[in-house]
Amino acid sequence: MSVFQAAVEAEGSLGPEPAPPSRRRPRAGYWLLLPGMLWLVIFFVLPTIQLIATSLYDPNGSLDTGYAMTWSFSNYWHALQQFQSPFLRSLLYAGVATGLAVLLAYPLAYSIAFKAGRWKNFMLVLVIAPFFTSFLVRTLAWKSILSDNGFVVSALQALHILGPDGRLLATSVAVVTGLTYNFLPFMVLPLYASLEKIDLRLIEAGKDLYANGFTSFRKITLPLSMPGLVAGTLLTFIPAAGDYINAELLGTPRQYMIGNVIDSLFLVQLDYPAAAACSVVLMLAIVVMVLFYVRRAGTEELL
Amino acid sequence: MRAGRWLADHVVMGAAMLVLLYMFLPIFFVVLMSFNDPTSRLSYEFDGFTMANWTDPCGPSGMCGSVVTSLQIGFLATVGATLLGTLVAFALVRHRFRGRAATSLLIFLPMATPEVVMGSSLLALFTSAGLSGSLGFWSILVAHIMFCLSFVVVTVKARLAGLDQSLEQAAMDLYANEWQAFWRITFPLVFPGIMAAALLSFSLSFDDFIVTNFNHGNTITFPMFVWGSAQRGIPPQVNVIGTVMFMIALLLVLGSGVVRRRRPAAA
Repeated sequence: MSVFQAAVEAEGSLGPEPAPPSRRRPRAGYWLLLPGMLWLVIFFVLPTIQLIATSLYDPNGSLDTGYAMTWSFSNYWHALQQFQSPFLRSLLYAGVATGLAVLLAYPLAYSIAFKAGRWKNFMLVLVIAPFFTSFLVRTLAWKSILSDNGFVVSALQALHILGPDGRLLATSVAVVTGLTYNFLPFMVLPLYASLEKIDLRLIEAGKDLYANGFTSFRKITLPLSMPGLVAGTLLTFIPAAGDYINAELLGTPRQYMIGNVIDSLFLVQLDYPAAAACSVVLMLAIVVMVLFYVRRAGTEELL
Repeated sequence: MRAGRWLADHVVMGAAMLVLLYMFLPIFFVVLMSFNDPTSRLSYEFDGFTMANWTDPCGPSGMCGSVVTSLQIGFLATVGATLLGTLVAFALVRHRFRGRAATSLLIFLPMATPEVVMGSSLLALFTSAGLSGSLGFWSILVAHIMFCLSFVVVTVKARLAGLDQSLEQAAMDLYANEWQAFWRITFPLVFPGIMAAALLSFSLSFDDFIVTNFNHGNTITFPMFVWGSAQRGIPPQVNVIGTVMFMIALLLVLGSGVVRRRRPAAA
């Protein structure tokens, strides 16, 4: 099982740095770093700088005539004003999906770590396996599952949870269901990795001190699983906030998220300054929220 | 009290099973829909059983071509990212140098950036460099190596950091030179981590839609094909490809488990 065990370990290793290396020859280290770092500088750092520059271009230019750099900070003002609701919807949907993912992932990760016994590896395979069928194909499958004549809608109608004309597809419920589903493995794996590391003797010690199951969960297991929980929420929230596949395939323009807006501004309307401004705002919003969250959660070594 | 304990145990396990069911529900549907005989192009419901999609998997024009393109890009991106990332991981774990914190940050950032931001910023760069007309295979490849790289570094680093360096020192005590110690001790021990990183890279690259969508020019990968056909009506053969991918992945993972069990001594 080594291959994906390593992947699982890696998920958890956003955490503390390994002990400082004991060896030798700094120059060799630089040579090993150089190609990879160069790649990231050219194809990640430079593009980000160019994105910020583009967001400050003169909005009156066009792709054909070229853009002038006019430091138009007003692009940001316009982006925020015009696309306020997709922005807020992105953060809301991603937040709800992350919350649901915690609720779903915790019992699963907990069972794999503590209750699966010799089925542990098998259950881990089951968590990872669906992940290999194309993201888009799986999202389209949700379209079949949630369709108006599908069994989910019929069941909810029979239970009178949904009215006779009620539907799931093309609603925010469908979009959030898809988001939760697509990013769930990113929550399960880091949670499992940190639960797995818990020393069971701590829980026994808790029992010796008359803690019941709930108390020992609240005071021992939950706090010790925090690094996994924090890593998992970040790995879920960040991609979910930028995703637009679920909103496009399972929702309607009324559920569009900021990713849909950026895609359409860049690729359909060819309004680069506005598109770049939206991208930068999304990036900044996420950086600020992540910093705030990581500080609150008290696991600063994560960054 | 004891009944409460039993209940708590089984409720947690039951919940876990329900969550697994939720994770597999779309897979059941992908398999089911691969046998679907749709009555209209825009139907997402099961209309009737047919084997036709399986006997003619390349029916929809352009679909198998897009799969081949995705396989090529996935393979090259995996080789590139695994090579570059493994070197970086070795540098981080085994070498002391200035600027470690900055390096770690640079590796962390791509994983913490939404894909839509990465994709659009690359497009902004390529456009400002006057390359927007020549986007295609190469720009997709460059982008995929970029976002796979961090995941490779993290995966290989985890494996390396867990390695006992005294094994290498023991080899050197037995008169192995540095290269021999590396190839005969370190590399075989790190290899599972490198393989995991490669598998991860391949699946990230093969599955990527968002970054590709911004930088694909006229090149169509499999996710691009699916996206495009979702607007015009999805051919059921797409689900055949999905099913095959799922089976290959399952075989690979289970296969690696079987090999491991036969050689219990390997770390």
